[in-house]
Amino acid sequence: MGRREIHLRLNGRDRRALVEDQVLLIELVRSLGLVGTKLSCDMQVCGACTVLLDGRPVSSCTTLAIEADGKPVETIEGLADGTKLHPLQEAFIDHFAFQCGYCTPGMIVSAKALLDEHPAPDAAEVRHWMEGNICRCTGYQTIVDAVLDAADQLRSVS
Amino acid sequence: MSVEHRVAGTPARRVDGIAKVTGAARFTVDLSVPGMAYASVVRSTRAHARIASIDRAAAAASPGVLRVLTGEDLLAAGLTPYYGHVVLDHPVLAIERVRFHGEPVALVVAETKREATEAAELVEVAYEELPAVIDAHDALKPDAPILHERRGERVGDEGMDQGEGGLVGNVCAIARVGWGDVEKAFAGAHLVVEGEYRYPMLYGYAMEPYNALALFDQGDLVVYSSAQHVYMVRRDLARMFHLPLARVRVSAPYVGGGYGTKSYTKVEGMTAAAAFFTGRAVKLDLSVEEAILTTRSASARIRARSAFTADGMLLARDFEIVMNSGAYTDNSPLVNSKTANRCFGPYRIPALRVVARSMFTNTVPSSSLRGFGAPQGNIAGELQMDEAAAKLGIDPVELRMRNLVGPGEEFMPGKRPLDADLREDLRCLASALEWPGATVGRSIGLGVSASDAGAYPTSTAAVRIHSDSSVTLFTGSTELGQGSRTVLSQIVAEEMGVPLASVSVVNGDTGVASYERTTGASRTTTITGRAVQEACRDARLRVRGLAAETLGVGVEEIEDTAGGIRAQGRELSYGEVIERWFGAGGEVLGHGAVRRDAGFAQMPPFYEIGCSGLELSVDRETGEVHITKLTTVGDVGFAINPALVHGQDAGAAMMGLGAALHEELVYDGEQLANPNVVDYRVPRFSDVPDQVIHLLAERRDGSGPYGAKGGGEGAGNTIGGSVASALGRLFGVFPHQLPATPERVWRLMREAEKKDRPR
Repeated sequence: MGRREIHLRLNGRDRRALVEDQVLLIELVRSLGLVGTKLSCDMQVCGACTVLLDGRPVSSCTTLAIEADGKPVETIEGLADGTKLHPLQEAFIDHFAFQCGYCTPGMIVSAKALLDEHPAPDAAEVRHWMEGNICRCTGYQTIVDAVLDAADQLRSVS
Repeated sequence: MSVEHRVAGTPARRVDGIAKVTGAARFTVDLSVPGMAYASVVRSTRAHARIASIDRAAAAASPGVLRVLTGEDLLAAGLTPYYGHVVLDHPVLAIERVRFHGEPVALVVAETKREATEAAELVEVAYEELPAVIDAHDALKPDAPILHERRGERVGDEGMDQGEGGLVGNVCAIARVGWGDVEKAFAGAHLVVEGEYRYPMLYGYAMEPYNALALFDQGDLVVYSSAQHVYMVRRDLARMFHLPLARVRVSAPYVGGGYGTKSYTKVEGMTAAAAFFTGRAVKLDLSVEEAILTTRSASARIRARSAFTADGMLLARDFEIVMNSGAYTDNSPLVNSKTANRCFGPYRIPALRVVARSMFTNTVPSSSLRGFGAPQGNIAGELQMDEAAAKLGIDPVELRMRNLVGPGEEFMPGKRPLDADLREDLRCLASALEWPGATVGRSIGLGVSASDAGAYPTSTAAVRIHSDSSVTLFTGSTELGQGSRTVLSQIVAEEMGVPLASVSVVNGDTGVASYERTTGASRTTTITGRAVQEACRDARLRVRGLAAETLGVGVEEIEDTAGGIRAQGRELSYGEVIERWFGAGGEVLGHGAVRRDAGFAQMPPFYEIGCSGLELSVDRETGEVHITKLTTVGDVGFAINPALVHGQDAGAAMMGLGAALHEELVYDGEQLANPNVVDYRVPRFSDVPDQVIHLLAERRDGSGPYGAKGGGEGAGNTIGGSVASALGRLFGVFPHQLPATPERVWRLMREAEKKDRPR
């Protein structure tokens, strides 16, 4: 097991980290103070640990930190512009699309990946894309509503 | 009667919204303190065994290890090594014996989490195996191995009854409800419906697994925990360490899901013991697999009989319930007695007999989960209404209408009369579901329930009015996601006449927040809400007192206004009164308390209404059930925040669907076969019904603020029964066991075909 220095672009900022090979991406981002990303199932089924690696949603609980070397990584902390919330974050608040909030960071990051790729999804596409994110509180419908609303907002801005 | 409110009754945005959507919300699992050590649990690999020896030498010598703890260490140090709010029988770490596979046997404390986990593998435990009993019915047999030859000390206070008589062998708790001459009523019946019904063993899967951070500060024990009932945990910890209550502080910051699964003590004792023996701050984070080995809900097998007249009037009901408590008492006595109270339904029943037993078995200890006995009992009681309707040729909604109690009518002798109009609720539900349904291949199922909810109504609250008229609320109620910070803020804003934005809440911390018995049983809005109202009234009274002194007028000349007072034609804000009285700065403190008196004298404090149903279709090839429509009627008296009520109804109904269709913890021999969330399947996005309708019934008939009453569980309580009922109406054979997995539904279809085939 070696240690190596990796370079990543984390939420738009260049960061360096010295990591052991077996360190997981979730351990790395959380050790850098970004504890918004949450661990739950630890086996890639619940989506709570979702981050964007090179723009694609990955389960950071089963991704090695070294895989992020040289790549952009985006976590929930990277979505808002200062105190200005991302339209997805606004929509989650407006639609009461969370309760305890534990799944919410992963949920919003997954939804961002969806809207980055498909700016105008319908409800069925949202449900299909988000299948890998579990929420135990809401019953999901308000999350679908929030993602559709945010898609509208983002399209009307651009 | 029309009552004007400014803030109550509006879908105010959640006060924790920004924190939760930005990742800024800090859960216990996110907390750390400098110099913190980490603990890892060594778990039993036997279901029932005597501990012959524990060899900790290799683990203790492992890098970074500070201490390897066992139950004997706790005993030797003079600590009370057991916890429990009803019976003191749950060892913090196993002592002499293990009673379930996965039970904590030792705790390794090390400098890092990885060091602790690796060293935990090195602890060698030698066992002398004992015969185990897994099934609750087997536990009843005279030759069953006995889990607790000596019972733990009973420590439950009022409202924590274990039952009397028959607490022998493996019977953990017993509950009896009844009246009238049951046998005579059955003898004279036109129709008797009889059957056995099974509700599965469940895992609540709160997504933040159990975890805690403990440290001693100047001799005071401070524990941060993902806990619902911080004051109950405080009592267990104070007893364990022989500390005064004042010197134990339990704080729950943001909590990642609860649903009852984080009621009462879980890992706090272990974590605090680690801090005690190492003198360090210690963190213990369980994995989901370990969380499954910590608490589950009780499965139930219910033999039920219902007697009817030819026109569908109930004559008698008879239930014999056997629940699986698991290895320790925990909350099983309460769940057991609630199952007994909730199985027969809010109907006029001339004769009733319910006997419920909760059995010790060598399985994961069972405790609370949303609905708390109601879903377990409801499938038996409600499905028999449908089965009787089918046999009598009466519409199932009509059959329920004939038997339901009306508003203000007593259905449990000596208990609070029904504080709801269930017939009207059922009418709304049936109408929204387009009962009886006309689409070929689809079927509707529905049900009702009335749960004796709220738990014991002891609650306090405090408010501080600051010198700028803003207000801080202190409440011991924990925010689990249900939105209590928001709703209680709305009540403060309403009562004090201040903007919602100038209200702040400090909650779920025994060190600073005011006493709250529990956060559960859907009680917060109703019971804590009333304490908050009292605290606001007390604060306003004190402000009037200060104003009278400052202005030199009689108190009776001072009137309340929104956010202040009026006297001698002048209006002063709270802040102005405070600053004038003190000269500079200052604040006013108000305290509120509610107890089993006044509006809460009669138990239960309120009934939680369940009135929901669904329409489903079945894939005839695979047996897979698809929910085409889900409807809930949230009969909450008054929705102080309608969006949050819908959220509770949606969440409860979806959890109900999980249990109805997919979820079940399965024991394969002495071990769980599916202790992870791959094999234990919870609802996902693809399980969202095609159409979801959440209705509200607001008749101001609750005992809480503005006529509100609780609703966090009701919508889910009837879902299991509704699925079974819809399947029964579709195939002509009613399933008696949940979850209705594809295999079970496929078998049901084959059974129905056999029944239809002429011989």
